[in-house]
Amino acid sequence: MKAKEIFERVAARAGHEAVFALDEAAQAEPGGQTAPEKAKAAEAARDASFHARPADLMAVMGALRDDPELRFDFLQNLTAVDWIKRDAIQVVYHLFSYVYRHEICVRVDLPRATPHVASVVSLWPTANWHEREQFDLLGVVFEGHPDLRRLLMPDDWVGHPMRKDFHEPKSYRGMPTSRPSPLDLLVTYDRAHVAKPTQAASPAPATPPPSTPETPS
Amino acid sequence: MSELVLVSGEDEMILNMGPQHPSTHGVIRFIVHTDGEIISRAEPDVGYLHRAIEHIAEKCTYEGFMPYTDRVDYVCAMTANHVWASAVEKLAALPVPPRAHHLRVISDELNRISSHCIALGAMAMDLGAITPFPYALREREYVNDLLEELCGARLTYNYHRIGGVGWDMTDAWRDKALRFLDHFVPVIDEFDRLITMNEIFVKRLANLAVIGGEEAIAYGLVGPNLRAAGVAFDLRADMPYATYGDILPKIGWQTPVGSGRMGQTGDAWDRFWLRVEEWRWSVKILREALDQIQATPRGEFLIAPKRLRPKGDAMARVEAARGDMSCYVIGDGAPNAYRARFRTGSFNAMGLVREKSRGLMVADLVALIASLDIVAPEIDR
Repeated sequence: MKAKEIFERVAARAGHEAVFALDEAAQAEPGGQTAPEKAKAAEAARDASFHARPADLMAVMGALRDDPELRFDFLQNLTAVDWIKRDAIQVVYHLFSYVYRHEICVRVDLPRATPHVASVVSLWPTANWHEREQFDLLGVVFEGHPDLRRLLMPDDWVGHPMRKDFHEPKSYRGMPTSRPSPLDLLVTYDRAHVAKPTQAASPAPATPPPSTPETPS
Repeated sequence: MSELVLVSGEDEMILNMGPQHPSTHGVIRFIVHTDGEIISRAEPDVGYLHRAIEHIAEKCTYEGFMPYTDRVDYVCAMTANHVWASAVEKLAALPVPPRAHHLRVISDELNRISSHCIALGAMAMDLGAITPFPYALREREYVNDLLEELCGARLTYNYHRIGGVGWDMTDAWRDKALRFLDHFVPVIDEFDRLITMNEIFVKRLANLAVIGGEEAIAYGLVGPNLRAAGVAFDLRADMPYATYGDILPKIGWQTPVGSGRMGQTGDAWDRFWLRVEEWRWSVKILREALDQIQATPRGEFLIAPKRLRPKGDAMARVEAARGDMSCYVIGDGAPNAYRARFRTGSFNAMGLVREKSRGLMVADLVALIASLDIVAPEIDR
């Protein structure tokens, strides 16, 4: 089914205000130099997507999963993006249907200060870990999630590291989070072990190294 | 990651498995609640191998990120290369020469063979059979030698490039690869006789941790695990990418699916058998790809992009050894990605372990994890 038909079917079931901003597989800008390259590049299409209103997310997702013509039974990917410049966190759902082999991408824009959205675990159990990861890394709160804990970071970690304004703390539980560059260590080693005997002998003359003559090819 | 909780009911014992456990295939920890020998629930605790690959993708250029993708899944690194390259190519609408597509298919399939060698050998070893592991690893060494000759590395290949691949193959290499395939087919039969159809092995795995088709889809299982549950879906055949669309019809492709031959559809034995079948298909695909590549002009294997500043977002999916590996990448006109997301097969499979472990014997937990072919770096990325 084409993206436009999917969009209209969802709008009919979940309400016309619930979904908006349909993007029908927008064409990418040609990246090639020559004519055949450009023609080939124009074929590469982006994924079709539309936006959903956060309050109506469950209605939209329920329609996508349960409508007999849509049957999106596989939540292929769930991710979140921090759009710091427009003060929004966008949750992106990629859905795929094993029945009809079509796919669609649904986006939900949330305010950055309170990124709260309904959890879709009740529709797709696989969302459990996906939502935990996005909560961990970006701080999106999925309301109704059965077990919303950090997944990858330690439980007592402060902040959400994939946010664009996150600053890594200097240390975690007394362990430094960064280490000196090995190149710096090398310089210190040189100073301590190599530089001393040469200094004792004589300072190296400040002449430039002789230029290597060009070898005839 | 979570703290160890030592509070439990009266009849429950809590066992800690991992993170450094030989059967967890990497650094994963399970908090196993047991009642005698029966598991009431196994809580996976991941994050020990979290290397923030998605964050690194935001920090370095599109081309410069390629070596890091190897570390997403170091057992099958080639497909991670492939999915990053195809995501960026889709995002920036870049052309790829046909020879590069063939080389990608060839390298992917060789890597699939070696990855399944690890999966099957390690699974047998986790169940207590030591012999199959060296058998499988011996074959993997041949593949590693081939890939080393092709791209210079044995584990983290960094072979694919945005717009093609890094190096072309030689005729001598092609002969060597064909010789390996001739040698490998009898080995699969031997492996079947030795392990797959071994009565003890069958009894151990049949009817164990059965995952049905609907459950597999709901929990997002992909790849061999999904097909073993009876769902005939393979990205290579159903959404062809690279040159699979030309190759698969020629070899009479039929997606192998689990049929419950030894027990129920979707049991651990089905998942094991399915990977053996994938070996056979990989050999056929490789033969056809090594044949078709002869028709492509030599030396045209890379169209390097000049100035990569794409805008927009793109999702690419590639059939890795552990199933559908997806990469979602967003560009905002800078030389580095604004956001990249890797969704891997093991990540989805781990979400199911807690549900499936209920009622298993303690010793069967290892069989469940191994039969799902979970590789830890893929979970944490």
